[in-house]
Amino acid sequence: MSGTLTIFKRELRSYFATPVAYVFIVIFLLLAGAFTFYMGGFYERGQADLQPFFNFHPWLYLFLVPAVSMRLWAEERKTGTIELLLTLPVTMWQAVLGKFLAAWAFIAIALALTFPIWITVNYLGSPDNGVIFASYLGSLLMAGAFLAIGSCLSASTRNQVVAFILTVVICFLLLLAGFPLVLDAISAVAPQGVVDAIAGLSFLTHFASISKGVIDLRDLIYFVLMIVAWLYATAVVIDMKKAA
Amino acid sequence: MIETRQLTKRYGGFTAVDAITFKVEPGQVLGFLGPNGAGKSTTMKMLAGFLAPTSGGATVAGFDVESQPLEAKRALGYLPEGAPSYGEMSVREFLDFIADVRGLKGEPRYARIDDAIARLHLERVLEQPIDTLSKGFKRRVGLAGSILHDPKVLILDEPTDGLDPNQKQEVRTLINSMARDKTVIISTHLLEEVHAVCTRAIIIAGGRILADASPSELEARSRYHQAVSLTATNVNQAKEALGKVADVAAIEVDPQDGRITAFPKPGRSIFVAVGDALKAQGVEVRELALEAGRLDEVFRTITQGAGGKEART
Repeated sequence: MSGTLTIFKRELRSYFATPVAYVFIVIFLLLAGAFTFYMGGFYERGQADLQPFFNFHPWLYLFLVPAVSMRLWAEERKTGTIELLLTLPVTMWQAVLGKFLAAWAFIAIALALTFPIWITVNYLGSPDNGVIFASYLGSLLMAGAFLAIGSCLSASTRNQVVAFILTVVICFLLLLAGFPLVLDAISAVAPQGVVDAIAGLSFLTHFASISKGVIDLRDLIYFVLMIVAWLYATAVVIDMKKAA
Repeated sequence: MIETRQLTKRYGGFTAVDAITFKVEPGQVLGFLGPNGAGKSTTMKMLAGFLAPTSGGATVAGFDVESQPLEAKRALGYLPEGAPSYGEMSVREFLDFIADVRGLKGEPRYARIDDAIARLHLERVLEQPIDTLSKGFKRRVGLAGSILHDPKVLILDEPTDGLDPNQKQEVRTLINSMARDKTVIISTHLLEEVHAVCTRAIIIAGGRILADASPSELEARSRYHQAVSLTATNVNQAKEALGKVADVAAIEVDPQDGRITAFPKPGRSIFVAVGDALKAQGVEVRELALEAGRLDEVFRTITQGAGGKEART
């Protein structure tokens, strides 16, 4: 466990060693604000809740999370530090988990910095803070799932741009898995059971129910399983790619 | 101690390392020599636990690299090729990170970090980001990281590559000073390095061990071993004198600097006889030397002999 923690600390500190972290946080906060107030009609709705704020999170994450995850392993492979890291006395799983958790914590920090909007709705009215808390939780879980996908794809290439694009595409497909755009294409070739299974993978449906304040165990399990599965795939991909 | 048994690595149909077996004892410094792509780095990566062997196995300090990877890695200090390190960290942060991963705590931790800093002369650059350092300093930072926990076994992939002659000398002194109670493997392209630090040399090419001997034994295989070379004012007169010595097998003249080399018949010593013959003929000799043998020539002979096999794969 101490191996995970050591790697976690090193990674998290390295985010803040360069301006990239600050640029990311500022852009995240600006976009989150702009979506909420201009496109979400925060004031016009006349309701004291954060629905317009959370509604845009999946789309915000679609581009910003891959920007964080793209360097996770691609950079280690490019600079050769992966050989240093994996010959230190840590297990593969500790390395994968430590790096993932650091990136997740970084996004959690960015997400936590949106707290003024929570204060704002409480000032303007009396929102259901339980729902807002659940939404934050759901948002963070969804970011973790995006990140785990990005981690796996970052491990598959030494080119960060390729990692970024692949992650955006796969996350986009998973976001829309419950929608006609994806389902129509699949239903043409696959039986109904497969179509239903794929529809059940949609990020948006799972996130929507959490953000309505309904913390269903199935939605939590969905995101946790998603994270575990993609991290496992990360470890497998690293092992396969080491030889090349 | 390091031991390999029929250690093999295949990539698809290509055999990078082909059933290598050797054993290195504490106190030995083994030099890994071979042309590029010979399998040196692949062998070292398998010993360090980065690559899994296709077949065969290896132990580091008694721990099997596959079934006891963490124990083996704890006993091992490894410098990967190119000495990679995290560029955005300062030297001190990097060494702190390695100390954390290695589980160094309390007083020994500070002692170890200070020792590594002092041994590699990193005092001046401690607070600088590694990215901003020169190539020589980066390599020394990598070396400092690999010796930080005072490992029993050291595997260094081209530790002096990219260093200037003074720094090379310092690193060699460092390796020599640590070699007494440790098992050390270094890989190198520099044959003079083998002389300076290694007690034993393994030459590999095409993934196979072609020679395993001490540096002086390797030199003895050279055509130049026990040969006598000289420069004379009158080259032809000198050649004539040398031709009369019974045990001289061949005489060569370097077309560039006119240096004459006389090769002995196998197992014979000609130094005294050559000296006498030159004196008797009254040849004016500017300089006369007994050759120990040339490692570069031995290296070429051995590895190019295997060239045909290599071309096949």
